Amino acid sequence: MTDLGYDAAHMLGAVVLLMSFALLYQRRLFSLLHVFTMQALALAATAAWQAFSHDEPHLYITALLTLVLKAVVIPVALHRIILKMNIQRTIEPALGIGLTMVAGVSLVTLSILLVLPVTEDATALTRENLALSLSVVLLGLLMMISRRNAVSQVVGFMSIENGLILAAVGVAGMPLVVEMSIAFSVMVAFIIFGIFLFHIRERFDTLDMQKIESFRGESD
Amino acid sequence: MGFVVSAIAFLFVMAATGVAARRLPSAPAIVYGGSAAACAVVVLWAAATLAGGGGVAEGWVLPIGLPWIGTHLRADALSAFFLLIVNFGGITASLFGWGYERAHRDSHAGPVLPLFPLFLAAMNMVLIADDAFAFLVSWESMSLASWLLVLSTHREEGTPRAARLYLIMASFGTACLLLAFGLLATAHGDYSFDAIRAHAPSVSAAAFCVVLVLLGAGSKAGLVPLHVWLPLAHSAAPSHVSALMSGVMTKVAVYAMIRVLFDLLGEPVWWWGAVMLGFGALTAVMGVLYALMQEDVKRLLAYSTVENIGAIVIALGLALVFKASHTPVIAALALTAGLLHVANHSLFKSLLFFTAGAVLTATGSRDLGRLGGLIHRMPTTAVLALVGAAAISALPPLNGFVGEWLLFQAILNGPALPEWSLKIEIAVVGAALALATALAGACFVRFYGIAFLGRPRSRAAIEATEVGTGMRLGMAVPAALCVALGVLPTPLIRLFEPAVRLMVEAGPFDDRAYQPWFWLAPTSAIGNSYNGLIMLAVIALLSVLLVLVIHRRASDRLRLSIPWGCGFDGPDPAAVTQYTASSFGQPIRRAFGSTVFRARDQVEMPEPGDTRPARLTVRWTDPAWALLFTPIATAVDRLAERASRLQFMTIRRYLTLMFLALVVLLVMVAVTQR
Repeated sequence: MTDLGYDAAHMLGAVVLLMSFALLYQRRLFSLLHVFTMQALALAATAAWQAFSHDEPHLYITALLTLVLKAVVIPVALHRIILKMNIQRTIEPALGIGLTMVAGVSLVTLSILLVLPVTEDATALTRENLALSLSVVLLGLLMMISRRNAVSQVVGFMSIENGLILAAVGVAGMPLVVEMSIAFSVMVAFIIFGIFLFHIRERFDTLDMQKIESFRGESD
Repeated sequence: MGFVVSAIAFLFVMAATGVAARRLPSAPAIVYGGSAAACAVVVLWAAATLAGGGGVAEGWVLPIGLPWIGTHLRADALSAFFLLIVNFGGITASLFGWGYERAHRDSHAGPVLPLFPLFLAAMNMVLIADDAFAFLVSWESMSLASWLLVLSTHREEGTPRAARLYLIMASFGTACLLLAFGLLATAHGDYSFDAIRAHAPSVSAAAFCVVLVLLGAGSKAGLVPLHVWLPLAHSAAPSHVSALMSGVMTKVAVYAMIRVLFDLLGEPVWWWGAVMLGFGALTAVMGVLYALMQEDVKRLLAYSTVENIGAIVIALGLALVFKASHTPVIAALALTAGLLHVANHSLFKSLLFFTAGAVLTATGSRDLGRLGGLIHRMPTTAVLALVGAAAISALPPLNGFVGEWLLFQAILNGPALPEWSLKIEIAVVGAALALATALAGACFVRFYGIAFLGRPRSRAAIEATEVGTGMRLGMAVPAALCVALGVLPTPLIRLFEPAVRLMVEAGPFDDRAYQPWFWLAPTSAIGNSYNGLIMLAVIALLSVLLVLVIHRRASDRLRLSIPWGCGFDGPDPAAVTQYTASSFGQPIRRAFGSTVFRARDQVEMPEPGDTRPARLTVRWTDPAWALLFTPIATAVDRLAERASRLQFMTIRRYLTLMFLALVVLLVMVAVTQR
């Protein structure tokens, strides 16, 4: 049972990380949202599996929250925003896809090299999980800086939160309050982002950051 | 202890009253009366404590401030002495301020009433703080309260600049003190003074700490070259606040130096004192030279404060040097001289700022070139100003003389030290101090002669009238004490002997069997002694003789003077032909200023037949600005310009920068972990 628990948790975590990579090379907004939904699903599955294998019922709540918020509400809302505002559906990367992938792989290497020696006392699962979630966080950051579109920056931010929740469910004994607060902060951030997108759109008729930057009065 | 804490609480109540009742016509009377009463309670408590052998051993821990740490308060003999000085200054400033406020009703001025008690309370808190947090918080509140008080005259030209400079220097000073206390507490992480005393810092930490305290407290006290803010800020504030800042707040800075250098740092090393001696001498000479160049009365007084702080720092340096060489009796003599000068300076500097305030009230001017002849129009103020000027010039039998006399006794003990470099340094410092004292005499002859003697130089000076009772009372009290302490200094020295004993473990009168109360003969003064009563009698006798001789021999003699009026004989001689402040300062400006200040006189003489007046222009540069502050300001500007480019980047760039910083830090962790 423990072996199976370890393997399954490891696999689900790896799926979350894989989805992070998938986010990096998407060229269309809708497929970006689909990948993000899948990442959230994988995350919810991880949380549920941890709840089951470690017998910690409060993690079911985390799983449920993730499922409802991240996998349903946010993607649907973003989808509607994109349709309503008639945003151009392609993403212009600021950094080439190939280069982004290379950078992503090296970030994963860095986080593994970093986490594994630091956490020698912890259990194997915690260590792997921490390495995975740090990678997800770093990839989310990379996504935020390598995309010019505001919606994809929002998605990058959300995937950073996914990394944090992955870390939270992986470490045994994390109280529910932490997860709840993370979930609510994501919600708040999402609302703020939504309002911002509307305002930016109203003002500038575009969500392409490169075009918006030219309105600041200073040249890049 | 309870008295002090409740007095401070009462001062806070007064500050609140000052806010609430500011529209009431009786508000100044309430607030200044309440402040004076609170200060009087503390003065009585401090005097009683000192007379009873000094200080409270048990501290108080109040549950306010940082959680689980609280605020440690304690008043030992040193605190009690400084409480006495500060609150006495507070009483006289409240008295004077009450009259001054009534005479200067300016609806545009910023609020003074709520801040004045706050300032007093903060100074008291610094003195009784017994942990580094309480000390720094009170220190910063003191700075901020006085900064706001300076800003209350914000409509006057020059005040905004003075206030900005003061804020920068005060922040710098607090930062230095913060670092100093951080160094003191690093070893054990406990910020209470007891814990710091119990753990002596390492040699290098102590050295850094000495430098930081000299920078931090020195910038507040006005050590050259950190004095630049002091004359501007002190002279910009309302006069009773100027008196508090100059006469009292600088003493709080001196307290900080004594507390850290003599008490918290443990056993001193001789070079600490050597550094202080050097800076003290520089400060004394430069301060008085600056003062001689000033035309503004209050600025002149503020620079004279710089000079006196120099003298006090010399005394502290001597005490440290002798303490380090294990001759505590001489250290006690030097520290006694320093503390006595602290008391004296707080008295006569308050008095002189009050007279400057009175002159400002009566004439509306602080410019020496627009005063003159005030002795006929403001006789009381003139007599009191004369007492202050004579006391600060160290003329016997006034208190300034006693302090300087004791200080020179300590300097004359310099050859008793083992280090040759110190023997020579002390001789040089002694010469510099003698020069500064003599120049201070010249400076105050100039001040008094130009402002009060001669003929009025402006319409305002002709129409001046004597100031009100509150102001006169505020001046008379310190003047009376200047005379009393000059004639009978020994009781005061006896009173603060516990403080000296606490710091250097010896008293000034040790191993001397009998010490009468009217006789000042400290041990190790090489057999010298001072008796104020004899001095007073001799001076009174000589003065009477002189007056008699003048009246007998000179008054009724025929006097002839040339017809062009410089002999002041005509019915309305032109006041412009009088000696002026700048002509009085010219010889000294020529002798010292041409090198130190690069002063240049330029005379513009009109052609014959031209009716323009001739014009004398004096140009001088301040070496502290030219050599230190202007280069620093330029460098800061350049750096700021570089850094401001960071403010004009796109969001993505910022994110990239943060991301890169994160990655670099993570790589560093990864590399250093293995």
